[in-house]
Amino acid sequence: MSHPVVAIKVYVGVFLALITLTVTTVAVSKIELGEYNFIVAMTIAVIKGSLVVWFFMHVKQASSMTKLFVAAGFFWLGIMLVFVLSDYVSRGWLPRGVWWHS
Amino acid sequence: MIAQPELKHHFDDAGQQLESSTLGMWIFLATEIMFFGGMFCSYTIYRSAFPEAFASTSHFMNVTAGALNTGVLICSSLTMALAVRAAQIGQKKALIWLLILTLTLGCVFLGIKGMEYHEKWVEHHVPGPSFHYEEAQYAQNAEILFFLYFAMTGVHAVHMIVGVGLLITLIIMASRNRFSAAWYTPVDMIGLYWHFVDIVWIFLFPLLYLIGHTK
Repeated sequence: MSHPVVAIKVYVGVFLALITLTVTTVAVSKIELGEYNFIVAMTIAVIKGSLVVWFFMHVKQASSMTKLFVAAGFFWLGIMLVFVLSDYVSRGWLPRGVWWHS
Repeated sequence: MIAQPELKHHFDDAGQQLESSTLGMWIFLATEIMFFGGMFCSYTIYRSAFPEAFASTSHFMNVTAGALNTGVLICSSLTMALAVRAAQIGQKKALIWLLILTLTLGCVFLGIKGMEYHEKWVEHHVPGPSFHYEEAQYAQNAEILFFLYFAMTGVHAVHMIVGVGLLITLIIMASRNRFSAAWYTPVDMIGLYWHFVDIVWIFLFPLLYLIGHTK
């Protein structure tokens, strides 16, 4: 009925990975990489977040239904970011039509 | 009183009961994702509008405190995961101690956060009439970043405070033998909440403290 019990070493392994990634992200932030600083920082954050969701939050052992809802939660966030940013990014791309100047 | 909270009559079995709790908790967390997502979205818009001003603020962020707090929260997530495991196998003593450890780490996080807020207050980096920014050309846009900083870390801290209250409730319940290997759903659900709050910080830390650091 309940989730299977996970070995302590799995949790400790995930913990060590999270600490290592935190040290890495701080170290990389001190190196000038231009645009890649942002990309590296966000990639590491996504990996860390995924480790927490998958192992600490037991989504790995969860039912397909729960997995679907977890994915939907993040997918909606994606929809919001993409739609809002596509508005801001594309402002001024199109010339104003004649109807604008009445 | 030994806990034998029987199956609620509207569920077929304990598995279905746990499944519906887990699903319900994740639906709540999906609304939390959207709630924090709105703030991450406004951060992204302002950052892309004023990249230089936002980058300049990272020099005034206490990276050591932020990194330390990231470590503290990751430790607390480990102790929380181990607390859920202890509840699963019915180890009451271990459960209580791991919950107390998680609670302590949560309070350490809030303490460090409070020290950082105090630093910002002393440096006049709190948005408002007394706001003062060292690089005058960026002052107006830097104020927006500091507003976002206080809004995002503030709402996160409120979630931590709620989590601390929930952990105290769990510790009291556990010491009253309310949990058993057969039923520990509150520990499991509050564990999910605690890990979620950790994930929010995992994203806040690089965005607010690290980006633009080399410039």
